[in-house]
Amino acid sequence: MQSRDVDSLQKVWAWLIAGMIAYIPANIYPMLLTSTLTERSESTIIGGVVELFAYGSWGIAAIVFAASVLIPVGKFVAIVYLATSVQRRSAVNRHGRHKAYEVVEFIGRWSMIDVFVVAILSALVQLDTIATINPGIAAVSFALSVIFTMLSAQAFDSRLIWDADRTQQ
Amino acid sequence: MTMHTTPLDDLVACPQCDTLHLARDLPVNARAHCQQCGIVLMTSQPAAMAQVLSLALTAFIMMIAAVSFPFLTLNAGGLRNATSVIDAVLAFNDGYAFPLAVAVAFFIVVIPLVRLSALIYALGPLVREQRPRQGARRALALAERLRPWSMAEIFIVGVTVALIKVAGLATVTIGPAFWAFAGVVVITVLKDQLICRYSIWEALDRAKA
Repeated sequence: MQSRDVDSLQKVWAWLIAGMIAYIPANIYPMLLTSTLTERSESTIIGGVVELFAYGSWGIAAIVFAASVLIPVGKFVAIVYLATSVQRRSAVNRHGRHKAYEVVEFIGRWSMIDVFVVAILSALVQLDTIATINPGIAAVSFALSVIFTMLSAQAFDSRLIWDADRTQQ
Repeated sequence: MTMHTTPLDDLVACPQCDTLHLARDLPVNARAHCQQCGIVLMTSQPAAMAQVLSLALTAFIMMIAAVSFPFLTLNAGGLRNATSVIDAVLAFNDGYAFPLAVAVAFFIVVIPLVRLSALIYALGPLVREQRPRQGARRALALAERLRPWSMAEIFIVGVTVALIKVAGLATVTIGPAFWAFAGVVVITVLKDQLICRYSIWEALDRAKA
């Protein structure tokens, strides 16, 4: 057992805001820099999803979209909701919120998929003149965003959800 | 006012919500859940500890194989490029992205290995019914803390996505390291399902007494 971390919420907000800020350049700048014999192209996170979709790999496009857009954004929303409800000492739907916290903590790591895809592609596709793929700056800021939000979720003391009724009594 | 006091050793606090439960000896192959939030508190599977230890040793050896053998090989237009897991880590090795190379190395190789070694270190003597090694408790706590940061299974999904992206461009051959890595992931999942933190801590307590 550990005593309650009184600064828990401050840390949650700090890491969360850092994560949100890092998520902006992750979407604006290119994730992958591809150069082939004939052309050079840059693709962003969304660009990569659209490309996969155009090739007809809908399943994979859906996985990448979930990992790089739905999960991070969903996580931001979920953490904001959890933190504000604890601050308001809300006693509503605590089981639901507890489940939400578990899901957030468990699922957040999966956003790293896209960073690993970039790592593998840029290691694999290095065929001098024919085709090379290199990582773009967005890979770094995306990874930072995932790490920051993971730290934010870990800083959240899940017992605070249950404390609402102890303090109300 | 009378106070009923239960010996502290018989109480289990839920790791998620701190609700106290009375620990009882469970029948074989049973699970106990927290009444408040429903997470699994303890399971009872005799011989589970020896199984966990052997799975951890297997995963450790396979991880070494996964790092040393070729992972994927790319063929296109007469050119060939073989990649290992290390190369994937070093993909971020230019300038501004270097910290990311370090982070990726930790996520997919170093942290999984550290967790496995900590577990082997702590469980080894327990399985042979000897005195626990010094720092066994700290090793277990470390393995537990590092759990969310061990991302081998996510890496394998990332590799699958990358393979499909490249499929149109060139032919890719899968090397032995790929299968070793996939093996590590499957074994880790099995191991995490078998492990019961409560009984390990209890065994550590008993061995100490």
